[in-house]
Amino acid sequence: MRPLVLILRTAPDARLDLSALVSHRLSGKTVAEIGKLELQTGRQRIAVSDIFRVRAGDPQHVRIEGGSDRFDQVGQDMAGGEIVVEGDVGNQAGRLMRSGRLLINGNAGRWAASGMRGGQVEIAGSAGDRLGGPLAGEMAGMRGGVVVVRGDVGERAGDRLRRGTVVVEGRAGAYAGSGMIAGTLIVRRAAGPLPGYLMRRGTLVLAGGCDEMSPTFLDCGVHGLVAMRLMAAFVADHSAVAASALRLPLRRLAGDMAVLGKGEVFCATA
Amino acid sequence: MREMIVKGIHVDDTFAEAFNMRATGVVITADSARWARQAAVTMTGFATSVIGCGCEAGIASELSPRETPDRRPGIRVLLFAVSTSELQKQLQNRVAQCVLTTSGSACYAGLQGEEVLKLGNALRFFGDGWQISKRFADKHFWRVPVMDGEFVCEASTGLTKVAVGGGNLLIMGRTPRTTLAAAEAAVSAIKRVPDVIMPFPGGIVRSGSKVGSKYKASASTNEAYCPTLRGAVKSALGPEIGSVLEIVIDGLTAKAVAAAMRAGLAAMIELGPKRGAVRIGAGNYGGKLGPHHFHLKDLLR
Repeated sequence: MRPLVLILRTAPDARLDLSALVSHRLSGKTVAEIGKLELQTGRQRIAVSDIFRVRAGDPQHVRIEGGSDRFDQVGQDMAGGEIVVEGDVGNQAGRLMRSGRLLINGNAGRWAASGMRGGQVEIAGSAGDRLGGPLAGEMAGMRGGVVVVRGDVGERAGDRLRRGTVVVEGRAGAYAGSGMIAGTLIVRRAAGPLPGYLMRRGTLVLAGGCDEMSPTFLDCGVHGLVAMRLMAAFVADHSAVAASALRLPLRRLAGDMAVLGKGEVFCATA
Repeated sequence: MREMIVKGIHVDDTFAEAFNMRATGVVITADSARWARQAAVTMTGFATSVIGCGCEAGIASELSPRETPDRRPGIRVLLFAVSTSELQKQLQNRVAQCVLTTSGSACYAGLQGEEVLKLGNALRFFGDGWQISKRFADKHFWRVPVMDGEFVCEASTGLTKVAVGGGNLLIMGRTPRTTLAAAEAAVSAIKRVPDVIMPFPGGIVRSGSKVGSKYKASASTNEAYCPTLRGAVKSALGPEIGSVLEIVIDGLTAKAVAAAMRAGLAAMIELGPKRGAVRIGAGNYGGKLGPHHFHLKDLLR
């Protein structure tokens, strides 16, 4: 069945909350009703039809043609279906997502996949700071699902990650995996300084090494673990390059000993 | 007893009587097929009969690296028991003592089901606090540090309550050599049938039993099928029979057991009476105890 298509008419003047444009909120609505849906923004009242031309289709498959870094909360609370964005998105894309698939053929802003619980987010470009991380006041970040970023990510990727898998095919900024509670974060290329800062548990794989490792991580030697092969088999469905990095022997560092110390960082051996 | 003659082999008009059992499965992997098999053989040792061993277990199939979760060579083992609690106990003890201890091994669920048995969830405590939980998609694994690295074990495995135990074939030949040849041909054919095991040594049992004993034992030798007692007891054997062997088959479903028996029968008939069996029968208890009756005549069609 053909997807429901939203074609960008004009770039927005202000930040827009697109969380209304998810499959379960669009189901059963006509094109006219979708066009009248109000998008949260500043003091102006803006409807979907002010920004997009709507073409009828299956709301389980939503296609947004044309992006903007002002499109916030794309795919927020998604509970199934698929959203494909041809272009950039703003902050909090895929936040609190429960299932389904969100594909962004562009860049994403901060807090992409924040607090995500299930499903899959794929970002073809790069993502901003705090990928999968919690908003201020929240106890944990991402709690399930898979996030794949083909490009680079900003600082504190996987912040307070609780469960789920994050794969970054490019580079990561400082403090990757900061405060991790559990889960898995894989960074294919180099990471910035102090990865795994205050991580309690969880697995952080730095296939490209890092700028500076915290002295509170303890070297446990180089190993070729079965768990890495298992992880590679799972990750291969999402990222072949990340999977290939996991099949090599990696140096295991236990930490962060400044906190619980049950986490682990795997680094490529030079 | 009425019988049919198929390609010179007498096939009794009788049936194998089988029972409902609980079953589970695990996939054991290792760095090489040899070590995966070693773990599986050790785990399924002393698991020939629920009467004396607590469970019946065997190797169901060998798996290529493409078929296993960690892409290493693997073996699928099936275990059968009469109760869920006994099956849980046997699974836990056997994986802990035989798979966890094998160099380079890992253990995964070998059966999917709505009901589950604890696997890694029971063994993780061996890690003494150093065990690591990992979840990928809907799978949950435990990583337990051991002296050669880590033992990776899936948290749970499936349980089925519709398994069938006690499918069987009685193979009767002129000499022990030809009888064994027929049994070996049947075992080879049955090994290719999925979801079944033959729990006895090499898939073959030479000490078929009857219920009860003159002593305080629950089972004793089935003298009616002992060729050396032919003249002394009410024997089921004609003068041409010099040796009898039995193949016992447990399967995840009645359909799997029937397919295995059919494959075994076909292989023995293919071998012929000169090199193999001259007569094939099946064991039953009159049809009053087990709900599954596998009639040999139906399996010949």
